[in-house]
Amino acid sequence: MKNRWIALYVENEVGVLAKVSGLFSGKSYNLQSLTVGTTEDETVSRMTICVTSDDITFEQIKKQLNRMVEVIKVIDLTNVPMHMKEILFVKVRNCSVADKTELFQIAQTFKVEVSDIGEDSVLLECNLTVRKNDELIALLNKRFRNISVVRGGGVAIESISTSEAGRTEYRKK
Amino acid sequence: MDITGKKLFVKALLEEGVDTVFAYPGGMVTDILDELYRTESIDMILPRHEQGLIHEAEGYAKSTGRVGVCIVTSGPGATNIMTGLADAHYDNIPLVCFTGQVPLNLIGNDAFQEVDIVGMTRSITKYGVTVRDRKDLGRIIKMAFYIARTGKPGPVLIDIPKDIQLASGPAEYPESVAIRGYKPNESVHVGQLKKGYKLLKGAKRPLFLLGGGINIARANEKMQKLVEQTRVPVVTTIMGKGAIPTDHPYYIGNSGMHGKYAANIAVSKCDVLFSIGTRFNDRITGDLNEFAPHAKIVHVDIDTAAISRNVVVDVPIVADANLAIDKLLEWAEPQKTDKWMAQIAEWDKENPLEMRRDKGMTPQMIMEQINAAFDEAIITTDVGQHQMWATQYIELTSKKQFITSGGLGTMGFGFPAAVGAKIGNREKPVICISGDGGMQMNIQEMATSIVQDAPVIVCLLNNYYLGMVRQMQQLWYGKRYAVTCLRRRRDCPEGCKGPNENCPPYVPDFLKLAESYGAKGIRVFKEEEIAPALAEAKNNSVTTIIEFMIATDELVLPMVKGGNPMSEMILK
Repeated sequence: MKNRWIALYVENEVGVLAKVSGLFSGKSYNLQSLTVGTTEDETVSRMTICVTSDDITFEQIKKQLNRMVEVIKVIDLTNVPMHMKEILFVKVRNCSVADKTELFQIAQTFKVEVSDIGEDSVLLECNLTVRKNDELIALLNKRFRNISVVRGGGVAIESISTSEAGRTEYRKK
Repeated sequence: MDITGKKLFVKALLEEGVDTVFAYPGGMVTDILDELYRTESIDMILPRHEQGLIHEAEGYAKSTGRVGVCIVTSGPGATNIMTGLADAHYDNIPLVCFTGQVPLNLIGNDAFQEVDIVGMTRSITKYGVTVRDRKDLGRIIKMAFYIARTGKPGPVLIDIPKDIQLASGPAEYPESVAIRGYKPNESVHVGQLKKGYKLLKGAKRPLFLLGGGINIARANEKMQKLVEQTRVPVVTTIMGKGAIPTDHPYYIGNSGMHGKYAANIAVSKCDVLFSIGTRFNDRITGDLNEFAPHAKIVHVDIDTAAISRNVVVDVPIVADANLAIDKLLEWAEPQKTDKWMAQIAEWDKENPLEMRRDKGMTPQMIMEQINAAFDEAIITTDVGQHQMWATQYIELTSKKQFITSGGLGTMGFGFPAAVGAKIGNREKPVICISGDGGMQMNIQEMATSIVQDAPVIVCLLNNYYLGMVRQMQQLWYGKRYAVTCLRRRRDCPEGCKGPNENCPPYVPDFLKLAESYGAKGIRVFKEEEIAPALAEAKNNSVTTIIEFMIATDELVLPMVKGGNPMSEMILK
C-alpha cells in the first residue's frame, strides 16, 4: 500500500466530478485527495488525484477511470518527475508571546508565510508538498492546543524535462 | 428551419432504425409520446409496470441484437427502471432509456415527480446525462445509441426535461459523433494473440473457457470452427452457454458453482486455460487461490478493466471476440487432445449430470421434455433453482437462444424478457422457464403478452418455496425456513421444519390467474403429462402457463459452497 498520483483530463460537464468520486466510494478505493479545475481549454478539466492502494488495485483504478465516457485521458504520475504543491492554512489560537515567537521560527524554517496575526492568534499560509504539509501539521499539533487546518489537496504537473508523459494529447473539439 | 425537441426526438429514433419502443406514460413524457403516436412506423408497447418494461426491452435487445428503447416518465417511472438498468449493465445489453424530467427551472426544487435519476444511476449505466440545452439534444441521442451498442454494450440513460421537449432548436440529427473520451476497441494486438495461441499450441491439457462475450459478439459459428480446427475442449460460463452447440463432441458443460463436475475438474487440471469474453466472476472461480492452479491463463476480453481483475492472467488480450477468433482461425491447427478428452470423458462418467427419475416428476425430466419439444426457440429463465436446472440441462443449438439474468440475478426478469423477445421475434416460439417466486414478481406482464399478441410458454416450476434460498437453509441453516415458504401463514407453527399434511393451501392459483388474463393454464403432476402439456401450449395462440408441481425438497446439484475451491463439489 502506498500513495499514488493520477492526473485526469475530463469533460468539464455537470456530474463528472460526482461520477469520478462515486467510483472511488462505490468500489471501496481509498481516495486521499482530489482537486479539480479547468484547463487552458475551458471544455476540459484536470483533476489531480491521490490514492492509497496496492499495485493490482491501482491498475484497476486506472482502467476503471479510462472506461468512463467523460474521462479523456488518465496519466499515472506515480513514478514521473513532477512538481506538486498543496495550499494549506493553519490558524493557531490562544497563543502566548512565546508561542508566537516559536510560530515565527517554525514559519521561517518551513518557509511558510505568516499571512495574518491577531492579539493571540497567528495564521500560516503554506505552499508546500503534501508530505511537508503533513509534517508541519504534526509538529503544530504537538506544540499547540488550538489549531484549525484547511487543506486544498495536492495539485501536480509533470516536470518539463519529462513532459512527454503528460502532453495534453486529447483531441480538441 | 427549427423544430421542437419532441419532433427531433422522433426523427432521431427513425434515423436510428427504431421500430419498437417500450413506453409507459406520465406527465413529463406525454409530449414525446404524443409525437410518437402520430408516427406510424414506430410500434409503442405499453407494459404494466416500468420494471417489466425494461426487462422486456432487455429481452428484445438480447434476442434481436438491436438496441432496446425505453421511455418512462420522471420520478417513480424513472426509479422503477433502475433494477433493469443494473441488470443490463451487468449483462451488457444495449439499451437507450429516455426518462422525462421536470422543466429545467424546477430541477432542484423538489418538484412533483422529480428525482435526480442521472445521479442515482451513475454506477449502473454505461453513460447518463440530462439534456440541459435544446441544441445538444440531437448530438446526445446520437451519442446514446453509439455508446449503447459499441464496445462492451450497455444501458445509456438520457434524461429530457419537459421544456427541452417543447423548445425549438436545430432540426439536424447528426450522422456520426466523435467522443474524445470514448474509443471502443476495434483491433486486436496480433503479437499478444500469437503469444496466447503459442501457449495453447504447446499445451498438453488445453481448455477453452467461453463467456457471454461470444454470444454478445454473435461469434458462435466462428468459435465452433475454431474448436473443431484446434480440437480443444470447451467449458462455458452460464452467460456463455450456447457459445458452441451443447451436443458438440468438444463441449463439456458449464463450469462454476452449479456447473458440471467434469467441467470444473477440467478447469482445475488444465495446463492452459484460453478464456474469451468472461470476467471470472466469483461464481465461476470459487476460491481464487485454487482456481485453475496448474494453468497458464490467456484472457481475451473487450473490456480492459475485466482483465487481471479477479484472476491474474499470463497473456492479457484486449479485443472483440469476433476479431480475435478471426485471427486465431488463420493459425489454428489440430492439437493432440485425444488423451485429454478421454480423461475428461472419464470424469464425466464418474459424476455425470444425471437424468433423475427417482422422485416422481423431477426438474430434470421437465428440461429433457422442453429439449425434445422444440427444435427452434428462444428460452428465457428467471432466477433461482429452475434457472440452474435450465443452465444444466437445456440443450442449445444455433437455432436455440438462451437468455438469463446472470450478473445481477434479477428475480422477475424471466417472464417480461420472454415477452420482449417474442415482440422482437414473432415467428419463433419463446419459452420462459420460471419459478413460482420470480413469476409473481412481474406477473402483471401477463396483460402485456395478451394485448400485444405476444404469446409465450411459461414453464413454471412450483415447489411452494423460494427454492434457492430454501436449499441453503436446508443444507446449512438447520432447516430454519425463514421467509422462504410461500404457503406459510400467520397461524403456522413456529419452527416449522418443512411441509406436512397441515400446510395451508398455496396462493395464487396460477390456472385461475392465467384465465383471468385471457391466457391458458395447465397443471402438471406426473412425468407422462409433461409432453402433452408442452404440445398443447405450443398449439395455443395465447400465453400459456404450465405449472409443474415438483417436489418441495428438490436440490440443485452438484454445487460448490460459495468461496470454496471449484474442485470441491457437493455431489449428492
